[in-house]
Amino acid sequence: MRKIWNLIGGVHPPENKHQSVKDSVGSLPLPEKLIIPLNQHIGAPSKAIVAIGDKVLKGQVLANPKGVLSAGVHAPTSGLVSDIGDHPIPHPSGMSAHCITLIPDGEDQWIAHEGLSNYRDHVPEKLLEIIRLSGVAGLGGAGFPTAVKLNPQKPISTLILNGTECEPYITSDDMLMREHPEDIVQGIEILSYILGDPKEVVIGVEDNKPEAYAALKSYLKNTTIELATFETRYPSGGEKQLIQILTGTEVPAKGLPSDIGIACLNVGTAYAVYRAIVFGEPLISRITTVTGKACTINRNYEILIGTPISHLLKHNAFNKKNCSRLIVGGPMMGFALENLDIPVIKTTNCILAPSEEEFPSPQPAQACIRCGMCAEACPASLLPQQLLWYAQSKNYEKLEVQNLADCIECGACSYVCPSNIPLVQYYRASKGEMKKQAEEKVSADRARQRFEFQKNRKEKEIFAKKVQRDVRLKAAAQANKTSGTEGIIQAALDRAEAKKSSPEDQHSRSTRRIARFEDQLRSAQEKLESLKEGVTSDQHEQAKAAVEDAKIRLAEAISSHGLSMPISNPSETPDSASEAITRAQAKVTIQAGLSDEEKLCNTIVSLTARLEKATTRLEIAKTEGSEHIDAFTVAADKLKEKLATAEADLSKIRT
Amino acid sequence: MYDIIIQHPLYSALLALAGLSVIFGGILGYAAIKFKVEGDPIVQQIDKLLPQTQCGQCGYPGCKPYAQAIADGDTINKCPPGGQTTINAIADLLDVDAPSLDSEHGEESDTRTIAYIREDECIGCTKCIQACPVDAILGAAKLMHTVIVSECTGCDLCVDPCPVDCIDMLPVRKGLSDWKWGLPPSVREQLTPSKLSDIIASDTNGANTP
Ligand code: SF4
Ligand code: SF4
Ligand code: SF4
Ligand code: SF4
Repeated sequence: MRKIWNLIGGVHPPENKHQSVKDSVGSLPLPEKLIIPLNQHIGAPSKAIVAIGDKVLKGQVLANPKGVLSAGVHAPTSGLVSDIGDHPIPHPSGMSAHCITLIPDGEDQWIAHEGLSNYRDHVPEKLLEIIRLSGVAGLGGAGFPTAVKLNPQKPISTLILNGTECEPYITSDDMLMREHPEDIVQGIEILSYILGDPKEVVIGVEDNKPEAYAALKSYLKNTTIELATFETRYPSGGEKQLIQILTGTEVPAKGLPSDIGIACLNVGTAYAVYRAIVFGEPLISRITTVTGKACTINRNYEILIGTPISHLLKHNAFNKKNCSRLIVGGPMMGFALENLDIPVIKTTNCILAPSEEEFPSPQPAQACIRCGMCAEACPASLLPQQLLWYAQSKNYEKLEVQNLADCIECGACSYVCPSNIPLVQYYRASKGEMKKQAEEKVSADRARQRFEFQKNRKEKEIFAKKVQRDVRLKAAAQANKTSGTEGIIQAALDRAEAKKSSPEDQHSRSTRRIARFEDQLRSAQEKLESLKEGVTSDQHEQAKAAVEDAKIRLAEAISSHGLSMPISNPSETPDSASEAITRAQAKVTIQAGLSDEEKLCNTIVSLTARLEKATTRLEIAKTEGSEHIDAFTVAADKLKEKLATAEADLSKIRT
Repeated sequence: MYDIIIQHPLYSALLALAGLSVIFGGILGYAAIKFKVEGDPIVQQIDKLLPQTQCGQCGYPGCKPYAQAIADGDTINKCPPGGQTTINAIADLLDVDAPSLDSEHGEESDTRTIAYIREDECIGCTKCIQACPVDAILGAAKLMHTVIVSECTGCDLCVDPCPVDCIDMLPVRKGLSDWKWGLPPSVREQLTPSKLSDIIASDTNGANTP
């Protein structure tokens, strides 16, 4: 007999399991449609490989796993893919996610599939790949992809099978162990082979399931698998808790069971692995408990993944009026849902429809009286009342210090709290916030790195340019000394000088140049005028050319004049980023403290200016025959539109 | 040796002192290089709290310069993207009162936006690349440009320079992955019956169940 350690803390909620184990596992007629979410597991959503209108067979792949931490999904029955899109899924948020909708054709026709006759002839990697492609994910609740769990970084010395099912009302694992003990044992042997035959293999079952215990026991005679049973106490089925009960060792905080050489899987997962390896069947159905007083029939069903919960309830004489709230999962860790149209997924172990008398509305919370009952009940040895203070004051550093991350959200503390404080809610909210903050920090760090990197790069560029210029200048000076090509060197020096001289200097110089070129142009034009009559065409051409030449030079001078305009802050390096920043600042400063009307007026003014700019650009593009005419036209049109809406808004405000 | 010291006490004392100063100077010089403190630690601590949007709304060309300015005595309420949370955090760090956000620099918005380039309208002028402070835009001259969503901080600086106006700031789509539980209603709010339905099964006081 195996030594059993005691669970730390824990509570004894009313079990309420007897209602749903009276009948054997039943089956339901095919629903009208199946809604199959692409993300039923922890990790990346799988990638759909079918299209709307495709006919699929039972067991056909609908979506392939994307990346390592992912699991595929398969058609639970044969039929037609009618939709791929967002649909509400069983999630506490009530949000939608990508789902494939399948209309069953009623034939329930399997795709060709084949299992391995002797899995020990194949390498574990091959079996892992089969498990991965069969979409097996932890059936206990979290939905961790099983193939990943079976491929740990460290060698495994103990394999634990979780048949605890400690949460009240739920009996799906119990019924599975009663009805398929042999298959489960074979599944465990496969798991054990994949994990390199660990020294110990233990199945843990609570002592409130004697039938399941007996059923398993009879198939364990010729194996090394141990069967351990222990006192029923919630939450002994938590992964870390079960490991503690069966081995007396603790999983380190923030660590994984594999860190101490332990793998822990649900019995349902072992069964799914057995079906996948021996029969080649993907995970397309599971056993789910339907219970609660608002349903006249309480029973377990083998349900196709994707069956709408409304279909399930319809066949169990669900009385909506009598139901206080509909819960997915158990009463301790489940969540309430509003929408009955959501599907059963790989992790849905229970649908609970309690009556008002079973689950009365909670009493309003009162102040904490520091009774310490929560700390006694906590299986993770935390101090829930302390965590509550910090969660209420949003002191996330303290929560970190108090190891909030170790909280398994079991709800034992809320359950015992005499002040009805919804403690777990606080912890869930704080955990979510902490996760978000950690993610934001990562992206902020990245942004900082990229910003610094860009700054460095720009500095380097400027430096490189300066070095280059110096080299050129030096070479020019050298050449000046040795040879007589003074003209070129003078020009080079002039250019360097122009760059060095202050913007004001440059500005006045270019103004002078413009004036000079304007004079030249004028005199050339006058000459052309005077030549108009009675001259040879030759002379005329010459004069014309002179005019053109003068025009071009003037244009050049004007454009370079634009460049040499003194900028507002000459000490700053005029790179575009800081320019943009300055612009943004100016805008923001002006914007603040303006009324809506003034803001709109400003918007209109700036839009008009931008429109003008866009129009000129368009004109230029047209005269040059640029390839971007279309783009500029679109831009101008869009600006016009924006302007019109802004004007309309303004008139709305004014009236 | 001993005789020489006895004969020239002054010189040997001076020599000994000179020798010592060379040795200790060497040690200090080595320590200064080896244990050099990079930058101003307080600036880095402040910089860590700033949101790193690099938008320049605070009046400085980036978050780090603003952190430097705060360390030099500037007010701490100039960062709109960080909002009140950032102000509180900096106030905590510097142990000063937390003022509210200076509206001169903009308003805090709860919806995060990121830039989106309408790619078929982009003419490939590279103007936006030059304006982006975190190199979050990818593209080459005369070719289509695009924003690397995971790197964009939503600073808005690329919108204005675009000559064909093809950059939009779109709110980030909220999805399942960023959903999180909210805090339960406070005692006062719980007295309003409509709030009660938000509480999940596990928060019922199970002692009442039969
Ligand atoms: S919910 Fe968390 S804090 Fe409360 S008893 Fe469970 S593990 Fe402990
Ligand atoms: S059980 Fe409730 S009242 Fe008692 S210490 Fe914990 S939180 Fe406070
Ligand atoms: S892409 Fe635009 S909005 Fe995003 S970080 Fe770069 S400049 Fe800012
Ligand atoms: S500024 Fe506009 S047109 Fe130019 S590359 Fe960027 S997105 Fe394209």
